[in-house]
Amino acid sequence: MAGHASKQIDSATLWGGKISPFSTSYGKLMMWFFLVSDALTFGGLLVAYGFTRHDFLGAWPIGEETFHSMPFLSGNYPLMYVALMTFILIVSSVTMVLAVEAGHRMDRKGVTKWMIATIIGGFFFLGSQAWEWSHFIHGSKFGKIELTDGSKAIVHAKSFGEIKNFTVVTAGHHHKKGDVITEKDMDLLHEYQHAAAAGHIHNDEITLHDGSVASISQMAHEDIELIIKEDGSKNKIGDKIEGAEAAKIYSEVINSGEANRVVYGANLERNEYGPSQYGQFFFFITGFHGFHVFSGVLINIIILLGVMRGLYHKRGHYEMVEKTGLYWHFVDLVWVFVFTFFYLV
Amino acid sequence: MERDDIIEYSLDAHHSEEQGKVIRKKIFKVTAILTAITILEVVVGAYWGRATSHGWTWEMIKLGYIILTLIKAGYIVLSFMHLGDEKKSLKYMILVPYFIFMAYLIFIMLTEALAVGSAWETYGG
Repeated sequence: MAGHASKQIDSATLWGGKISPFSTSYGKLMMWFFLVSDALTFGGLLVAYGFTRHDFLGAWPIGEETFHSMPFLSGNYPLMYVALMTFILIVSSVTMVLAVEAGHRMDRKGVTKWMIATIIGGFFFLGSQAWEWSHFIHGSKFGKIELTDGSKAIVHAKSFGEIKNFTVVTAGHHHKKGDVITEKDMDLLHEYQHAAAAGHIHNDEITLHDGSVASISQMAHEDIELIIKEDGSKNKIGDKIEGAEAAKIYSEVINSGEANRVVYGANLERNEYGPSQYGQFFFFITGFHGFHVFSGVLINIIILLGVMRGLYHKRGHYEMVEKTGLYWHFVDLVWVFVFTFFYLV
Repeated sequence: MERDDIIEYSLDAHHSEEQGKVIRKKIFKVTAILTAITILEVVVGAYWGRATSHGWTWEMIKLGYIILTLIKAGYIVLSFMHLGDEKKSLKYMILVPYFIFMAYLIFIMLTEALAVGSAWETYGG
């Protein structure tokens, strides 16, 4: 082996067939093979998602209702954030193809510049995805509730009644009777949501982590409306409950003292947006794609270091940039399908 | 190890500054198309999405989404990944088996999912 290290070999020897199949180098062809197999993996995942969705009898979550928030802004921005993520990925794909083009002109500075831009785009996308996951996991202030007839409803309201404080009525390990716990002492909403989901709120009294029991001082919710998303024995999908009755039902669910009557955000077992499989597929598909983006950024950094050292320039061509480019475009390609089948349709 | 990466196969492995200008122009054209399609998709999703459109309107919008997605995918694969510039044999070796297999998988998925769904509806979960 070592004896052959410096020997230039002609393509006839290399492929044993005088001419290379497809007029492509071994490395590029293998990258294409890998991408086809990876595309089958993602195709399989999306098909599995489609299967689950098509045999599900209830209402499947709607993209523009689930994903409607923007960082630093309150209000309703349906799909805007994932559109931004899509745009970031498209732009980083463009900078990658510009790097490949510069490589064909043996323009080392150009390749370096565009590869750095691509890597920055990749980091922006990963950061956006981290925010979106965090938002998906934490969920809304109201959560999704299970009514007494077994139906499930999401909550729309003008505003969530602000929690002012907890006043301790029975002492625990930490809090004494009469203590007034305010936002300064703990994240009241966080504590409230945990207790409500675990069934630790009963008759407007909350059982805190240290075992103490406190009464809740809270403003009223404004213009609350319940929208049924899963059939029960009485309420059917699409039914709406408004006004005083909605407020009464919501309060009864929160104060039921039963676990899992209200669900906030998402985990692998349950989520407030829809059936448990919805959350599982969200985490798996976007997570698997995000992992591909992460690997892509790492590979791009390794190749960038090669470019900066002048490795490929010495070699006489920038095919390594072309190969990592293929992988990076593939990541963008997968996102185009995830965007359509997970968010739009 | 013998180095195969020093042998250049692609016919367009190197090009001049003038050719580069033409190629870059094409890249920016494709960028504009991809961006325009994404904006169109989001606007339709926000104003005529599944929450507001029903029945045949929604079915048509859904079909439109799938067509737009395939157009986007086509531009990425054929233009950005240069598959359109590769040899015909390579292009079809990659695309044809994949499409046949995915079409089969989607057909089986839809048939089975509808059967399982109707079984649950009839006999209960």
